[in-house]
Amino acid sequence: MKDIIEIRWHGRGGQGAKTAALLFGEAALDTGMYIQAFPEYGPERTGAPVQSFNRLSKKPIRIHSGITNPDIVLVLDPTLVKKVNVLEGLPEDGVIIINTSKSPQEIREELGIQGRKVFTVDAYDIAMRTIGRPIPNTPMLGALIKATGILDFEKMLESVRAKLQRKFRTRPEIVDKNIEAIKLAYQETKGEE
Amino acid sequence: MKIKALTANEAMAEAMRQINPDVVAAYPITPATEIVQHFASFVADGLVTTEFVPVESEHSAMSACIGAAAAGARVMTSTASQGLALMHEVLYIAAALRLPIVICEINRALSAPINIHCDHSDTFGARDSGWIQIYSEDSQEAYDSVIQAVKIAEEAFLPVMVTADGFILSHAMQRIEVLEDEEVKEFLGEPKTPYTVLDTDNPITVGPLDLQDYFFEHKRQEAEAMRLAPPIIEKVGKEFGERFGRYYGLVDPYRLEDAEVAVVVMGSTAGTAKEVVDKLREEGKPAGLLRMRVLRPLPLKEIVENLRDKKVIGVMDRAEGMSGFGGPLYTEIRSGLYDVPSHPPLYNYIYGLGGRDIKPEEIEEIFKELFDAAAGKEIPLVNYKGVRE
Repeated sequence: MKDIIEIRWHGRGGQGAKTAALLFGEAALDTGMYIQAFPEYGPERTGAPVQSFNRLSKKPIRIHSGITNPDIVLVLDPTLVKKVNVLEGLPEDGVIIINTSKSPQEIREELGIQGRKVFTVDAYDIAMRTIGRPIPNTPMLGALIKATGILDFEKMLESVRAKLQRKFRTRPEIVDKNIEAIKLAYQETKGEE
Repeated sequence: MKIKALTANEAMAEAMRQINPDVVAAYPITPATEIVQHFASFVADGLVTTEFVPVESEHSAMSACIGAAAAGARVMTSTASQGLALMHEVLYIAAALRLPIVICEINRALSAPINIHCDHSDTFGARDSGWIQIYSEDSQEAYDSVIQAVKIAEEAFLPVMVTADGFILSHAMQRIEVLEDEEVKEFLGEPKTPYTVLDTDNPITVGPLDLQDYFFEHKRQEAEAMRLAPPIIEKVGKEFGERFGRYYGLVDPYRLEDAEVAVVVMGSTAGTAKEVVDKLREEGKPAGLLRMRVLRPLPLKEIVENLRDKKVIGVMDRAEGMSGFGGPLYTEIRSGLYDVPSHPPLYNYIYGLGGRDIKPEEIEEIFKELFDAAAGKEIPLVNYKGVRE
């Protein structure tokens, strides 16, 4: 494992890209890692392209600059792939995980991606089946673990469950639905042959 | 001790909860809003016994803090940028009345143009107000320093502002070791106040007219208090380290002893620059770094001791002093080394204004230019890194 793993999340304002980075950061912390989780702060408008970031390391993290060469990129909205350069700074051996109904091969052709590892998951469909609303951020956590194995899946689930339970104290059913969405995404994430 | 994932805002608010001040008077402002917001929740949830005074401006916030501190209360507030600027005239009053008030300050650029992101122009603007200033490299230090600040303020009888870089730290979650409430309480002990206007058996007047007859003496005493503050800051930092394992001093030298080229830097950029120093060291280049944790009082002795024998020094300023001659930290360090015979040449790098990201590659470029200067190449004294021009 590299000294520091860097992750970039692309989403649209309101999709929970920031929350995903925070949930994932906290889950990594719970497994004993040093972490950073931070959003990009621009003018925040619902629907506008936004980014958030994670750093993970086994050692204390001292660096405080922005992330320009992430090891992993997650895209929470399929329409972003043609709007934003989601591949920017992603090295040849980097991983990109996209919320889309398309297959990794289709995405690779569509974007003309050379190298890199491409994964896809239909996070909207999963969210509609479980949460009942097209909220892609929690399913993408499941896809992230499936694609990279960066954290222990069960431990991540446990941490996210605890965090969501604090947030939705009066609505426990929301917690269960999100956990179900993460599990489904973990099962349904597609890589390349 | 508990390990939590917190932002600097959350960590500083948590420190305030554990300190449980008698009075907090505050007016929220980006990017420090969450500090006040979280603390207000602690008040509403009954987790603190603090008298919380929601005021109509930062000027009123500091004025209320001054009144409460003069009554003998342990007092804190939080602000940033324009808020600190609006407090400006009352900051001097808090310091001159020797009131141990603590501000959790989040560094943010001053307008115009309007900007909510990090630079150090706000606290540099308050540099000469008589407040002790402590700058944090990361959110752990921000948390630790807020706790220390209360003790420093109550021993020096001077107010203290602890700063953390806006958004870069204030809104970035990191791993924080949070002390137990009891540990904080024991470390701080009972509040110590210089006087109280509420002692009716010994009535005093606070803040009266003080003209040609005594004003000068009072200012002389205030200056003396600042001159005597460094050992107090060091003692509290050492005691904190002995109890909790994290030691703090006036400055933070990094791989400096045998360095030939050094940069002087404050705040979160110091962490990024330490990574660069490590990289250069691996390449066999004798690079080092001095982080200024405390800017007021100016740690003159430490500046001289750490930098006197370097070949070339670069001072990184996250503020433009508008002096026509570089940033404020540059002139301070330059002046600090004046008495060293054949002192090293100093170059200024102004960077990161209004939150402009500073990348490791850019800090590496700065070091490269400084190494070139050490090899005899002529470079400008004042440089701007990362600006389009």
